[in-house]
Amino acid sequence: MEPLHQYLLLSAMLFAIGLGGALSRRNAIVVLIGIELMLNAANLNFVAFGFLGDTQWIDGIMFALFSIGLAAAEAAVGLALIISIYRHFKSTNVEDLDQLKG
Amino acid sequence: MSGSFIILALVTLIGAIGAMNFGRLVYCALSLVAAFVGLAGLYLQLSAQFLGFVQVLVYVGAVAILIVFALLLTQNANSDKQNVGSRSWAAGAGVALGVFLVLGKAIIGSSFSGRAAIDSAPPTVKNIGHELMTTYVIPLEAMALLLTAALIGAVVIAQRAGRKEGRQ
Repeated sequence: MEPLHQYLLLSAMLFAIGLGGALSRRNAIVVLIGIELMLNAANLNFVAFGFLGDTQWIDGIMFALFSIGLAAAEAAVGLALIISIYRHFKSTNVEDLDQLKG
Repeated sequence: MSGSFIILALVTLIGAIGAMNFGRLVYCALSLVAAFVGLAGLYLQLSAQFLGFVQVLVYVGAVAILIVFALLLTQNANSDKQNVGSRSWAAGAGVALGVFLVLGKAIIGSSFSGRAAIDSAPPTVKNIGHELMTTYVIPLEAMALLLTAALIGAVVIAQRAGRKEGRQ
């Protein structure tokens, strides 16, 4: 099995890719994809620490399981919001959404 | 560094980079699936079999399909435009690079860098189910409540506005 820091570095790269995409893309759905990538990077960290760190092995898996459940709920609500915004503004470009008064 | 780790890491990273860089949104979604499958393989390599299959079921099976349906429902003309990045894309890329450099320096310099695996038996599905029903039963119930509330909320939010007037 690999040493811990390889998983942590891979997870940091995944997080940076997701962050860069979420900050630099125009389409709201792609921004949401970037957020999903960042959540997955956190999950990989949980599992790697659970197996390779000082904690009980099962705790990392449990954290990652609950985190996956949270991410699923977040994706469902986020995509519903994007669909609702698209009906209202006829656009999913985040740069068009610059007014609070609908 | 074993060969399987390199292959899985490359699949994950190339998938993630593609998901953030493709111009066509459907390619973004498919590339995201590749990243999720690579992560599932990494979980299997970490001998977290249950989590690997949960990853495939939830992310590849549900979240990716949800994203594809959202793309279908918001199909608009600007998906093929040349400038897919926002006006401040360079600042976003700079922030991401800075975050990666800071994280990488912290990981390389930390005391647990290079530590190998603990040699206890990997958890079985039976262990996980037992833990879920004993130690983690309150979080499990809270998660069930959260998922119900989130899905009802998603349906309410995505409901077509003005439907009530149309029915009357």
